Amino acid sequence: MSVLLYMIPLALLMGLIWLGVFIWSLKSGQYDDLEGAANRILIDDENQPKN
Amino acid sequence: MTASLFVTNGPDDQRRLTLSVEGVHCPACIQKIESGLAGLPGVTEARLNYTTKRLALIWKGEASTADVFIQKLESMGYKARPFEPTHAEATDSEQAKFLRLCLGISGFASGNIMLLSFALWLTDTQQMGLITREFFHLISALIAVPTVAFAGRPFFRSAFAALSKGRTNMDVPISLGILLATGMSLFEMFRGAEHVFFDSAVMLIFFLLIGRYLDFLALANARRAASDLISMMAGSATILEDGKTRSILIRDLREGMTVLLGTGERIPADAYVIEGVSDIDTSPVTGESMPCKVSEGGALYSGTINMSAPLKIKVARAAEDSLLADVIRMMEKATQGQASYVRIADRAARLYTPVVHVLAAATFLGWILVGMPWQGALMIAVTVLIITCPCALGLALPVVQMLAVGRLMKRGVMIKSGDALERLARIDTVMLDKTGTLTLGQPSLVGMPESTKIKIAASLAIHSKHPLSVALTRVYTGDLHDLRVTEVPGCGLEAMFNGKRVRLGSRDWCGDRHASHNVSALELWLNIEGDEPARFSFTDPLRTDAKNVIAVLRARGLKILLASGDRKEAVKATAEALSIPEWQAGLKPADKFSLMQELRAKGHRVLMVGDGLNDAPVLAGANVSASPSSGLDIARNTADIVYTGALFEPILRTYDIAVYSQRLVVQNFVLAILYNVFAVPLAMAGYVTPLVAAIAMSSSSIIVIANAFRLRAKI
Repeated sequence: MSVLLYMIPLALLMGLIWLGVFIWSLKSGQYDDLEGAANRILIDDENQPKN
Repeated sequence: MTASLFVTNGPDDQRRLTLSVEGVHCPACIQKIESGLAGLPGVTEARLNYTTKRLALIWKGEASTADVFIQKLESMGYKARPFEPTHAEATDSEQAKFLRLCLGISGFASGNIMLLSFALWLTDTQQMGLITREFFHLISALIAVPTVAFAGRPFFRSAFAALSKGRTNMDVPISLGILLATGMSLFEMFRGAEHVFFDSAVMLIFFLLIGRYLDFLALANARRAASDLISMMAGSATILEDGKTRSILIRDLREGMTVLLGTGERIPADAYVIEGVSDIDTSPVTGESMPCKVSEGGALYSGTINMSAPLKIKVARAAEDSLLADVIRMMEKATQGQASYVRIADRAARLYTPVVHVLAAATFLGWILVGMPWQGALMIAVTVLIITCPCALGLALPVVQMLAVGRLMKRGVMIKSGDALERLARIDTVMLDKTGTLTLGQPSLVGMPESTKIKIAASLAIHSKHPLSVALTRVYTGDLHDLRVTEVPGCGLEAMFNGKRVRLGSRDWCGDRHASHNVSALELWLNIEGDEPARFSFTDPLRTDAKNVIAVLRARGLKILLASGDRKEAVKATAEALSIPEWQAGLKPADKFSLMQELRAKGHRVLMVGDGLNDAPVLAGANVSASPSSGLDIARNTADIVYTGALFEPILRTYDIAVYSQRLVVQNFVLAILYNVFAVPLAMAGYVTPLVAAIAMSSSSIIVIANAFRLRAKI
């Protein structure tokens, strides 16, 4: 059973990484326009604004 | 053009502007708009939020370039207005982020705790070993405690707010259940006991947050749509200062400023005329459908519309005080009365909370009396609290509401407050305004006069913005004579045609003074020199479906009352046309307000539908209120429900949906109570393990959600 001592924290760590990514995506405003984002993948890049 | 007034300055000479864009209907518009604007010189960023239809622009250069962007959008076929995020909206987007974060964290936590819990449920201590069990419990606690502390805050805050006001709401038993489940589980863990309820606590938070988030999304969407409508009116005025003209925002107008007012413009603040003669459309304020004439020194009220000639006016009161101070005061008073409404969920909580707490206490005492050690008795009592936690209730209401609000919004009805549908379902009286509510609020020509005459009349009318002229040109689509027309303010239009003088205007000026009067109609007279004057009659047509809708509403058992500020004859004609038995005419805003208060004092629950400034206090004071989107901004701002389109049918539809969704909510409450009837005795008897609690919680939630989705079939 001692394998659990590694496996469970490892599983939790993976979960935490997911949570970190979620928080990052939230803070960077990726949930602000869900409909637009879904459609933007269909738009070609060349006409996008050049920064 | 005044978009530059809304531009904010960023670092490095950057200018920022948010535009609310109308006409974005398909994803292709994203590219069209963004690349169209990005191609303009100086633009560094143009990004369209497809969900909110707002365009964020960043550029370097002059602030006045803003107008170029708007023109560019217009040339592409979109209508854009500068948008200023309101305070409420900024709070909304903060709130959305917070709820999403809580949802993410509790989702993570429930997933991971479930992994451990399944192991605990499916095996026993002999199989997994004491150490492993303790280890699983410890990890569960490490996940659950921070989650409860962080993601439980939406409930704790609301419960605390209610308690500190001496009230109780659904969040009180929820918070108590969560906290007790966590606290008790911690205690049990340190004691080395067999069962902990960390999974229940975290799942409860996760499920309830889903409900909370859905609830929030539906209303935030509706509020945003409504504030878009309102921002369309956030206008500007042209002032004359030291011989130069300049545009400023209406809210910056101060007493004594001189404003230049074009034809068709809304009067921005209470003022008086210093130069010019014109007709004023006062219908937004008084409901009176006939324009009245003003000349030098004449008083003007904000919200009315200048119709026939440019005016120079002096502001009498700053715009902030101007929107008829007494109207505002009445509205404030009325709104305070509104705060006493208790939502159905909270009314349920008032009954529910004591019952649940008494049951839990009785369980505890009962087990102590039969000789159980206090820890065991407390554990069973906490199980009772967890199992009765109104997870189903917490979801039932938001899901029904989200479906109802979402469906209505697709059909052009925006519900602005959470309890509006609840209040709407309980009304017994409908109070209606006439002009702009039952009617379209714009005159249209009755009958078709001789074609040669209408051609001349339309050729004159095309030169004026007077609503009757506009109505005339809207009907006539043929060729026009090329005339040199002069406008005589307060009288009408004049031109020379084939060597004869032709006039189009009021009865006194160029009509037949002795002709019979049709009281409910407005009229224009065409006078061709040496010929009989010809009459054009106009009426403000009723919304085409108004009669049917009112008949159906009456069939639903509602009392209909027409309350208008217009002349008696006009109101009477409308009431008869729509077969409304009860009507009152010539009401001032204060009369309407006291009429409504009288109704409420008699115990009636009133829906007010109105669109004007004179309706605003009544809208604020009624049990629930609706306004057409063509209404004045103050009315739309005040109303709980804003509907679009030229029909009256949205009122009926919204009422029916409100009644139906209310029925679903009640069914859901019954389902939740039934579930408790089965679950509580089991919990009190001590048969409920964490596994049973988890299953009961999930299944009851699924049942009420499934029931709520029946709304989709209905609308």
